[in-house]
Amino acid sequence: MAKASWDKEARQGLTLISPPFIYALLVLAAPILTILTYSFLTDGYLTVVRDFTWDNYIYAWTDPIVRMVMLRSLAVSALVTLVTVALAFPVAYYVSFMVRPERKSMWLFLITIPFWTSYLIRVFLWKVILGYNGVINSSLTGLGIIDEPLTFILYNVNSIVLTLAHAYAPFAILPIFIALEKIDRSLLEAGRDLGESKAMTFWRVTLPLAMPGVIAATMIVFIPTIGDYVTPELIGGGKIPMIANLIQVQMLALDDRPKGSALAVSAMLIVAVVCLIFLFLNRRFLKVRQ
Amino acid sequence: MSDNRYDRLEAAKPMIECREVHKYYGDYHALRGIDLTIRAGEFFSLLGPSGCGKTTLLRTIAGFEDIDSGVVLIDGKHMEDVPANKRPTNMVFQSYAIFPHLTVAENVAFGLRRDPRTKAEKAQLVEEALAMVGLKGYGARAAHALSGGQRQRVALARALILKPKVLLLDEPLSALDRKMREQMQVELIKLQRQVGITFVLVTHDQEEALVMSDRIAVMFEGQIAQLDGPEALYARPATRRVANFIGVMNFLPANVVSETDGVVTVEVPGLGMVELPEKQISRANPDDDGPTIGFRPETMTIVPANQTHTQPRETNATIDEVVYYGDMTYYDLRLEGAEGPNGQKARPVRISMRNVFGRDVPEVGTRVRVAWSPGSLVLFR
Repeated sequence: MAKASWDKEARQGLTLISPPFIYALLVLAAPILTILTYSFLTDGYLTVVRDFTWDNYIYAWTDPIVRMVMLRSLAVSALVTLVTVALAFPVAYYVSFMVRPERKSMWLFLITIPFWTSYLIRVFLWKVILGYNGVINSSLTGLGIIDEPLTFILYNVNSIVLTLAHAYAPFAILPIFIALEKIDRSLLEAGRDLGESKAMTFWRVTLPLAMPGVIAATMIVFIPTIGDYVTPELIGGGKIPMIANLIQVQMLALDDRPKGSALAVSAMLIVAVVCLIFLFLNRRFLKVRQ
Repeated sequence: MSDNRYDRLEAAKPMIECREVHKYYGDYHALRGIDLTIRAGEFFSLLGPSGCGKTTLLRTIAGFEDIDSGVVLIDGKHMEDVPANKRPTNMVFQSYAIFPHLTVAENVAFGLRRDPRTKAEKAQLVEEALAMVGLKGYGARAAHALSGGQRQRVALARALILKPKVLLLDEPLSALDRKMREQMQVELIKLQRQVGITFVLVTHDQEEALVMSDRIAVMFEGQIAQLDGPEALYARPATRRVANFIGVMNFLPANVVSETDGVVTVEVPGLGMVELPEKQISRANPDDDGPTIGFRPETMTIVPANQTHTQPRETNATIDEVVYYGDMTYYDLRLEGAEGPNGQKARPVRISMRNVFGRDVPEVGTRVRVAWSPGSLVLFR
């Protein structure tokens, strides 16, 4: 009896999840498997030869340019993540703790407004703001503060970090906001009641309890920024390529799909390992059940 | 609860003093001139229905609410500019507020951060505090692995380890089931006697307040309606509203016949002429319903047909309803002589009697004799 009804439930469940499951298989698993396969094959001229080889991985892990670009990607992503999360926390804190409850959804709505335009357009807009004849330079020149347009504000790492931090801000604000919202406010009163100042209560109670949100925000920002391809191209002016640009060059410009695939798989592995180490270091915050 | 304790508390110095405390939330007047002295070592309760301001008053004492006017003193010191973390009070929150990211021992040790003692000494203190609340050996447990009763004990240990002058308890038992609640009531009383700290309890449960407190302040709409010991509060409520909030009380309309030397003679339909001395008269009666006689259900008993009663007065009545509770039975009675002027049926009064083995519970419709004593009546006028 019980088994039969479970079977029925299981069938219903399978029916429900099968469309998204098939979809996920097609758009996620299949491409990844293709890339994985390519990465072990040999590049022929304008074609892929079906000969197994490790050469692509030897290239990906020994070539000095690849290593330099990979390290730069990690550094830029880490910097972007740091800046984004550090700026997102006060915003999330403000909305969660200072904004009146009935106004919170309006604030969240305002925070997501940048998403109304496409990512590409937002990146272009930053170019307009930071460019040689851009908003900042023409204003400063017009005001007579500078004689020559500033050149250090575009086509460098700073401008990439600025653009990416802006683009990913809502992704960081929302998980931190949710973690802060879950904190029972009487815990903060308990911290005060037990003799701690507001600052110490934040340090000993609020921050540890908000850590799951901070960790989520970190991952959500770090993982996509390391693979970002548009911003280094447009804002970096193509002079400071990141790993995604290198993959693009291999895949499309040089038409060396096996090397490009090996780079992509290696980048995925590195990101996965970095994330796992990060999660491991923060495991005590993730075990907390509220 | 000995006379000894009562005398000692009577002579104790004031620990908390509230003078003309007013608190507004926008237009809402939450505390309307609270005047109150809580003595050192007392188990004091703030009792009232939800929204009466009792929790606001507790949070005011704790320092979580600013007051709009008035004075709060703790141990003789003005608290106006003293923030919550600098007050000699600690609180057991209604939700217990156990830190979910810390173990039981870390929770209990939370307030010891700036204590100059060594780590080993602090660990010893934590062990002692946990043993005191019956949680010996629970130190390493995660907070989420605790039951409601255990959480409450952790909250108690965490507050008491700091040796506060006042322990504030915000409806600490309301989340527990009945058995656990009754057990914790006894444990809290014992604990309070043991540590000697002033306890201030907020509760909406009149029974809980009566069981645990040395004195109780009954609050309605931001004001203290009556402040008294449990017996006085129960036997001689100041107003009908207090009487209704604390237990059950029957009310009968009364006509004042004469008044000499403080003794009031009233005529009560169903009970006859009664003389009431000063101590049985509550003069503060804002209910404005005219003079009313009140009595508790257990002060009137049905006399078995073949027995003579021991109480001085006797009345005839008809049983209207019988509600059997196992150890007790409630009877709704219509007193003879209490009928309305146009022959309407008398409004039933409720009495309660302990069930005795071998004695039959009378049936509905039976005419019975009931005995009562004028000494158990209260006149509200």
